[in-house]
Amino acid sequence: MSLNTPDTQVCLWTLQHAEPASLATYTANGGYEALKKILAEKTPAEAIIAEVKTSALRGRGGAGFPTGLKWSFMPRNFAGDKYVVCNTDEGEPGTFKDRDIIRFNPHQLIEGMIIAGYTLGAVAGYNYIHGEIFEEYESWERALEEARVAGLLGKNILGSGWDFDLHAHHGYGAYICGEETALLESIEGKKGQPRFKPPFPASYGLYGKPTTINNTETLASIPWIMRHGGQAFLELGKPNNGGSKIFSISGHVNKPGNYEIPLGTPFADLLEMAGGVRSGHTLKAVIPGGSSAPVLTAEAMMACTMDFDSIARAGSMLGSGAVIVMDDSVCMVKALERLSYFYFEESCGQCTPCREGTGWLYRIVHRIEHGQGRPEDLDELLRIGKNIGGNTICALGEAAVGPVASFVKHFRKEFEYHIEHKKCLVGA
Amino acid sequence: MPLIEIDGKQINIEAGATVMDAAHQAGIVIPHFCYHKKLSIAASCRMCLVEVEKAPKPLPACATPVTDGMKVMTRSIKAITAQKGVMEFLLINHPLDCPICDQGGECQLQDIAVGYGGSASRYSEPKRVVKEKDLGPLIATDMTRCIHCSRCVRFGQEIAGLMELGMPGRGEHTEVMPFLETQVSHELSGNVIELCPVGALTSKPFRYSARSWELSRRKSVSPHDGLGANIQVHVKNDRVMRVVPRENEAINECWIADRDRYGYDALNSDERLTSPLLKENGHWREASWQEALEHVADRLGRIRESQGAAAIGALASPHQTVEELYLFTKLMRGLGTENIDHRLAQADATVGVGARWLGMPITEIDTLDRVLLVGSTIRQEQPLLAQRLRQAVKHGAQLNVLHAAGDDLLCKVNARLIAKPSAWLNGLAQIARAMQEAGADLGAVAGAVSLVVAGDNARAIAASLLSGNSGGENKAVLIGALAQNHPAANELHALAQAIATAAGATLGFLSPAANSVGAQLIGVLPGPEGLGAHAMLAEPRSAYVLLGAEPELDAYDAAAANATLHGAEFVVALSAFKTAALDYADVLLPIAPFTETAGSYVNMEGRPQSFHGVVKPLGEARPAWKVLRVLGNLLSLGGFDYDNAEAVRADALPTDFVAGLNNTPLAADLLTLNSGDGLERVGETPQHQLDPIARRSRPLQATVDAAVPAVWIGSELLTGLGIAEGGMVRVRQGGAEAILPVRRDDRLAVDTVRVAAAHPLTATLGARLGPVSVEKA
Amino acid sequence: MLSAESLAQIDRELTKYPPEQKQSAVMAALRIAQVELGWLSRDTIEFVAHYLGMPAIAAYEVATFYNMYDLAPVGRNKVTLCTNLPCQLQGADKIAEHLQGKLGIGFNETTADGRYTLKEGECMGACGHGPLCLHNNHKMHDHLTPESVDKLLDEMK
Ligand SMILES: Cc1cc2nc3c(=O)[nH]c(=O)nc-3n(C[C@H](O)[C@H](O)[C@H](O)COP(=O)(O)O)c2cc1C
Ligand code: SF4
Ligand code: FES
Repeated sequence: MSLNTPDTQVCLWTLQHAEPASLATYTANGGYEALKKILAEKTPAEAIIAEVKTSALRGRGGAGFPTGLKWSFMPRNFAGDKYVVCNTDEGEPGTFKDRDIIRFNPHQLIEGMIIAGYTLGAVAGYNYIHGEIFEEYESWERALEEARVAGLLGKNILGSGWDFDLHAHHGYGAYICGEETALLESIEGKKGQPRFKPPFPASYGLYGKPTTINNTETLASIPWIMRHGGQAFLELGKPNNGGSKIFSISGHVNKPGNYEIPLGTPFADLLEMAGGVRSGHTLKAVIPGGSSAPVLTAEAMMACTMDFDSIARAGSMLGSGAVIVMDDSVCMVKALERLSYFYFEESCGQCTPCREGTGWLYRIVHRIEHGQGRPEDLDELLRIGKNIGGNTICALGEAAVGPVASFVKHFRKEFEYHIEHKKCLVGA
Repeated sequence: MPLIEIDGKQINIEAGATVMDAAHQAGIVIPHFCYHKKLSIAASCRMCLVEVEKAPKPLPACATPVTDGMKVMTRSIKAITAQKGVMEFLLINHPLDCPICDQGGECQLQDIAVGYGGSASRYSEPKRVVKEKDLGPLIATDMTRCIHCSRCVRFGQEIAGLMELGMPGRGEHTEVMPFLETQVSHELSGNVIELCPVGALTSKPFRYSARSWELSRRKSVSPHDGLGANIQVHVKNDRVMRVVPRENEAINECWIADRDRYGYDALNSDERLTSPLLKENGHWREASWQEALEHVADRLGRIRESQGAAAIGALASPHQTVEELYLFTKLMRGLGTENIDHRLAQADATVGVGARWLGMPITEIDTLDRVLLVGSTIRQEQPLLAQRLRQAVKHGAQLNVLHAAGDDLLCKVNARLIAKPSAWLNGLAQIARAMQEAGADLGAVAGAVSLVVAGDNARAIAASLLSGNSGGENKAVLIGALAQNHPAANELHALAQAIATAAGATLGFLSPAANSVGAQLIGVLPGPEGLGAHAMLAEPRSAYVLLGAEPELDAYDAAAANATLHGAEFVVALSAFKTAALDYADVLLPIAPFTETAGSYVNMEGRPQSFHGVVKPLGEARPAWKVLRVLGNLLSLGGFDYDNAEAVRADALPTDFVAGLNNTPLAADLLTLNSGDGLERVGETPQHQLDPIARRSRPLQATVDAAVPAVWIGSELLTGLGIAEGGMVRVRQGGAEAILPVRRDDRLAVDTVRVAAAHPLTATLGARLGPVSVEKA
Repeated sequence: MLSAESLAQIDRELTKYPPEQKQSAVMAALRIAQVELGWLSRDTIEFVAHYLGMPAIAAYEVATFYNMYDLAPVGRNKVTLCTNLPCQLQGADKIAEHLQGKLGIGFNETTADGRYTLKEGECMGACGHGPLCLHNNHKMHDHLTPESVDKLLDEMK
């Protein structure tokens, strides 16, 4: 099967068309057919959820939770309003796929959200869009308007008698709002601070109402599944890892960008697609799933296939599918310093281990990078990390620890050199 | 009921409870900071992490619901490791300044750190320093000590109903602060001091004055409003150093109002009267108790002889104790006068069939479903009862209001009827009429109310009161201080009772003072031939005996009271303070305030609460009951031989006193249900002017709330006067006048001018709810 | 305080949320106010809070939590450069150096003529196109090179 071609692309196939984002392009190629069929046949919610379960679609936002199962948690006979929420807060360093879905295939996301709204019995849906991509926020608003005019949204959708509307909520610069409950707080007009779970959003979500939150790519995959069937989606990928997935490759490759390929594709193939490592350099390390995922060495990575299970076995996570490639010119201390600063800067501040611990981690790594390291620092970093991980309200705590622990584990020599010589091994 | 095991103990606990609740029930203490039983769960400090069998990670006890068969270990290696880890994080940026911290010795962080902190900190990076915040005169800050538990913020949002503090910023840059510096002005603001588990928020007046371990802690009862908040008075070297709440779930829960907390400052102030004073040729001189008391007995005896006992008026403050009021009344009746009253601010002296009270236990306020609040500025009158009402509203109660102002009650109000005071009778009649039209039986007032036309607001209130009449609802009609002070108080009472009966509601009175109910039970009230407070000041007597009373501030018509007292032949004032009686009295007798004498108050729910003196009387001051005992004996009146306060109490409050609580109204003539013409004054007692102690507390008087009283009027009137907001106006009531700044309030009823009473700057004015005129000054 | 157009935009945002959830529009309202006034003063924040019927301190919490609100005046052109790891690997460091050298200011500083403010940003969700920057919060410029930066700066008036 050819890779990154329209045959295997679930979300980015519109790119082969002149006006990828237009409603005309989308409908001319089968767009909204799935929705029409569901509304015309009044497909029962159970049947849709069963199809999604068959597809083995796993959340594309980072945790890889099976989407069909998540949908089945929504209370059926709830008396009040329910909501669906799409997570386009894409702020995990290395991830830039959801932006492209909005830029190049907004209607598939809209259709996916409408089907989700129909299946889950929601009255409205919100798409939370990352603060820094204002142009995409505006273009998605335009796409929504297009859909409204076409009778696909609002009152009496396609004459079905069913009402449902979608709105965009624009973030304004806070990585933590990608965490689903922080995101809900943010839609409610508050600081984006994660909620303690339980209760989970399926019982207590937006405005305290049952809510399902999915990543952009997850929701955009739904129309494809409903059109081609769950089985076809599953067969695109591999068991327990259904479908294709967009991999965002950044860093030291010749052609950084998004590549939508079947799950289970060898990493080597992906690297080749991205033009390989810059000439004159060799692969040193890869963060395979966004900055929160533990870093892997070149050897470990080259042995992986790109799917949830393979990457997990290698000791990291597929996460959001953001692959950060580092070649031999990279100083791992400096790289970690920047990531640690990010988590320190982005900690929401409510829970103690994260608020205090991320600053502590960053300050130590910063000292090491600036020639002030002490021999005991490395063990101290690991010890502090252990006191953060697992003890926080949300996973940002673990996300902050992941890089620290893995960088120190796989590249300890480099850190020790820094401490001892007060300078970089790479430059030396 | 799930059965769970916690540290090896098996306990049954109700479903929905948390592991923290279960631990509490099992008597196991789990360290915590952000958790507080009265606040929502934040689960953010992570101090309460415990091990739960089968859970991969430690879980916060405060937020983890119990499940059947759950096994919790609060002291396992895993739990302790997590707790120690959290403690280390909390301490890295916390200044280790316990020796100079006001919280030292009563600090949760310090206490828990002793058990968990490592001996030496491994943190060698620079510590965070946070800028101080100015929260006004009551609360001091040391924000570097803040551990971000967010209790103070949640208190504002959830208990006070007003978010005065927030936590702007993100991550470690998050700081607790108000939106604008200097003022945190909510009537319950001081409670954040106890809520703060560290020394970030402490009492400003108490600052640096004592260490917690030097203080002895004595139980007492707040002498201010009718709630009877339980307090703990902290004493050092025979001096009251501060007051904090004493938890009593049935009364004040774990809160007290700022008035309860900071009033004590007056007790040590220069304004205390510390020696008997006699006026001779217009000059004061100190006198011995013997001389002063003989002088009083002599003068009163002679006036009675020459002019008859009816020439004597007796006014007592309802903030005096049961024991004092009892002997005072006994003394005055012994002298033969029936001109006795404690209701200084009331225009209508009608004496009810019994003592007017809340009509229900205080805790029942939380469970009300429908409420009509009549003539009450409740946040000022009863800060903690207002808090309970807010909780009721949060749980779905419909609160309805009849008042002259649409004040912000910090909760949702279902419907309001806003009218000037003389229109309140008509307002209640409208509500009754609307109920009548809906088929309700209005009993004795049916005929009278059938003549009025109900407006939309009255209908909305009536509909609310009648709604959900399945019998399961808890409803109340509550009569506030302003309605009690109203010239037609008796008629308002009768209408309110009719409404309550028709709605299946309980009628209750919000007793304004700490001992209003006690005073009524004892009968500090005019006898059949006697004059009530308002009348005895309007129709001057030759002599007045004042017990803790300041009629020149607290009377319904302060200007008239002032003139009368100045014109009296003989005035004796028993007072803890140097009051304005210095200008008009002949004898001043220094009596002990509540902290210096044993005594009792009966609160609004009819609960007697006794307390002991916690310090020795200041200077020559003596407990008033002892002073009155001597006076009774000097006047040769029988029955004054009491050995102690308990013996007085036994006579004052017979065991069956509860039978005396009765809100049944007297028959009322409801012939005129029309309102008056022209502008009317609404003169409330500001919260920090409620009584002699509060009005002399420097911190309370430094608050925004105690600022120079303004004349509040609506935009239309303001424009009519051609004066800008903040400019000065002259307020007139007959010959009485005051010049004050004017402010705009468009929530006031038409033709209403709001000017606080009971304040030195407005004491030159007349009737609290009387006609008024306003002009540019 | 705000123009009729801005208020109309806020009103449009309000239609997205249930009527009793006006606070939901606070992020948008603050953004709209900032676009009109250049930055968010306390007065502006208080105005927005009143407009939405929420406590001023709660609006202030929001304004201080999210990075893209400016709580102090900034230059006419705020240039926020992403310096996070993927951009760093793709040359953001050099662009940072170039920007600072060219404008003679560091991050969080404004040129004396009030024309430019430089900020350091976190991941902007477009890493594959880095190095990149955001102009006045809303316009992204990617694949930055020293030459393209020079051109951009010239175009910013
Ligand atoms: C700190 C943090 C940041 C996150 N950021 C994102 C994000 O930017 N986009 C996203 O879809 N999910 C993000 N997530 C995961 C979400 O919480 C949530 O799991 C996801 O949106 C669910 O969608 P899915 O099941 O379709 O993946 C983040 C989680 C954490 C803890
Ligand atoms: S882990 Fe960090 S980001 Fe998550 S809730 Fe705690 S403080 Fe906030
Ligand atoms: S007390 Fe449980 S997390 Fe703070």
